[in-house]
Amino acid sequence: MFEGKIAVITGAARGIGQAIAWNLAAGGADIVLCDIKEEWLQDTAEGVRKTGRKVWCFELDVTNTEAVQKAFNDIAAATGTIDILVNNAGITRDGLLMRMSEEDWDAVLTVNLKGTFSCTKAVSRIMMKQRSGSIVNIASIIGLMGNAGQANYAASKGGVISFTKSVAKELASRNIRVNAVAPGFISSKMTDALSDEVRQKMLEAIPLSRFGNPEDVADVVSFLAGDRSAYITGEVINISGGMVM
Amino acid sequence: MTEAEIRDKVYDIIVSKMGVNKDQIKPESKFSDDLGADSLDTVELIMELENEFDVQIPDEDAEKIGTVQQAIDYIVKK
Repeated sequence: MFEGKIAVITGAARGIGQAIAWNLAAGGADIVLCDIKEEWLQDTAEGVRKTGRKVWCFELDVTNTEAVQKAFNDIAAATGTIDILVNNAGITRDGLLMRMSEEDWDAVLTVNLKGTFSCTKAVSRIMMKQRSGSIVNIASIIGLMGNAGQANYAASKGGVISFTKSVAKELASRNIRVNAVAPGFISSKMTDALSDEVRQKMLEAIPLSRFGNPEDVADVVSFLAGDRSAYITGEVINISGGMVM
Repeated sequence: MTEAEIRDKVYDIIVSKMGVNKDQIKPESKFSDDLGADSLDTVELIMELENEFDVQIPDEDAEKIGTVQQAIDYIVKK
């Protein structure tokens, strides 16, 4: 499905980013893994190699726009092209508004929103030249519905959604599609640590009554990254077990 | 670089970016009306001029470059 295609994934060291890398590799794409520390990428890279696909690892701090531009130039020089970009790098710094520091606000907005901007800008020049490309941004249902204690995260992910739609309009004439997915509660170290009571409460809000897993997200990202979604751009797909409809 | 050399290079860039023939390009040609450039083409053209001639073209200057001759004049001045 993705034979001969090059996919770049940010925040690929673990979790959803790792699952996306493995899913795209299983579909036949060669994979460029990025994270803030290159050595964190070893596990993900090993998994890609097992599929027989090529893998490159790049150290990338998405908060530094200049460094991002340079990294994408280096990536394109190493791989020859970039067909798919998945903007997955993201952080949380939760806290109630009244106690939220400016630092925590800035950190989340800078990684989640500005990072998406910088990587998309850098890759758009490459994709404009080749007149094709697919960009998938990882948003969150929190960006749609809000969440107490996550004003910074919600604002960043809401920003990613409207950024996705604007850039989709700008780049459509060059055959570049830009879409987003909005995951709900996805199993992770964070959800594992919840008490049974809290876990039960959360599950009651999910019609499919289970937490999602990273593969649930990766499958939709692969769909949006490839030609099966050729007529979809500027779209946001919720992956929330029905929590958001 | 002489003005004629600059003109030649600018024409080459327009040919490669806009997909027009060289004999369609006149000094007074407007990028948007006469050469069929959309807003993205114009941005790409400015970026290509910056690369090729190693100059920085700020947005307020780029807005004033509407014709082929204006582009050439701008590069010559720089």
